[in-house]
Amino acid sequence: MSIEILIPTPLRSFAGKHSVVEVEASTVGEALNSLTTQYPDLLKHLFSEDGKLRSFVNVYVNDEDIRYLSKDATPIKNTDTLAIVPSVAGGL
Amino acid sequence: MALRIPRTLYEQLRRHGEHTYPYECCGVLVGQFNESDLKVVTAVSPCGNTRTDSPENRYHISPAELVRIQRDAALAGNDILGFYHSHPDHPAQWSATDLAEAHWTACSYVITSVEQGAAVLTHSFVLVGEENDKRFDDEAIEITEP
Repeated sequence: MSIEILIPTPLRSFAGKHSVVEVEASTVGEALNSLTTQYPDLLKHLFSEDGKLRSFVNVYVNDEDIRYLSKDATPIKNTDTLAIVPSVAGGL
Repeated sequence: MALRIPRTLYEQLRRHGEHTYPYECCGVLVGQFNESDLKVVTAVSPCGNTRTDSPENRYHISPAELVRIQRDAALAGNDILGFYHSHPDHPAQWSATDLAEAHWTACSYVITSVEQGAAVLTHSFVLVGEENDKRFDDEAIEITEP
């Protein structure tokens, strides 16, 4: 089924300048795999060398963080929207 | 590259830092990138600082709040252009922590110094490079009058 992935501003240059990419997937893992197959330059920005999602990259299914769902195995349906959101933090 | 922001929104983000003093404030800048590398801010979204363990010298925006802002911006044909936060009783200059925790390349990071509860200087920095060689460059702020 077709899922929309929202691409954040800093990653668009690695995703054909698209703000939204549609992929065929039934889990979060499949969706991210399809996205990075289509746009391989995204790989190093999303995953560390050991293949895990980088610590500052958040992936949400609608309003839920996949870290608190079933991570890569989180099922998705075609009414869901996947959002990739790098963290925003700092301080003195 | 420059950041263009209406006076009312510029004052809004500076007042936010005064309101949360002596703690850091934070928020999101929404608008449009135009073709001449100008970021045009059309809305400011104040956020809560989730670093309740150390709000006087740290800030963090809830990813869930970012997701909502990103989604609402996209629906209106806008983008997230950058972020703002305050430095209570410290200069309006990025810190090592600010750089280490910045991941939105090409976006603006606006910092306001708030001294004894009053906003003083506001500067903008654009994040450039990739994760392993990123840096902040100074960025001009163009304030537009109503």
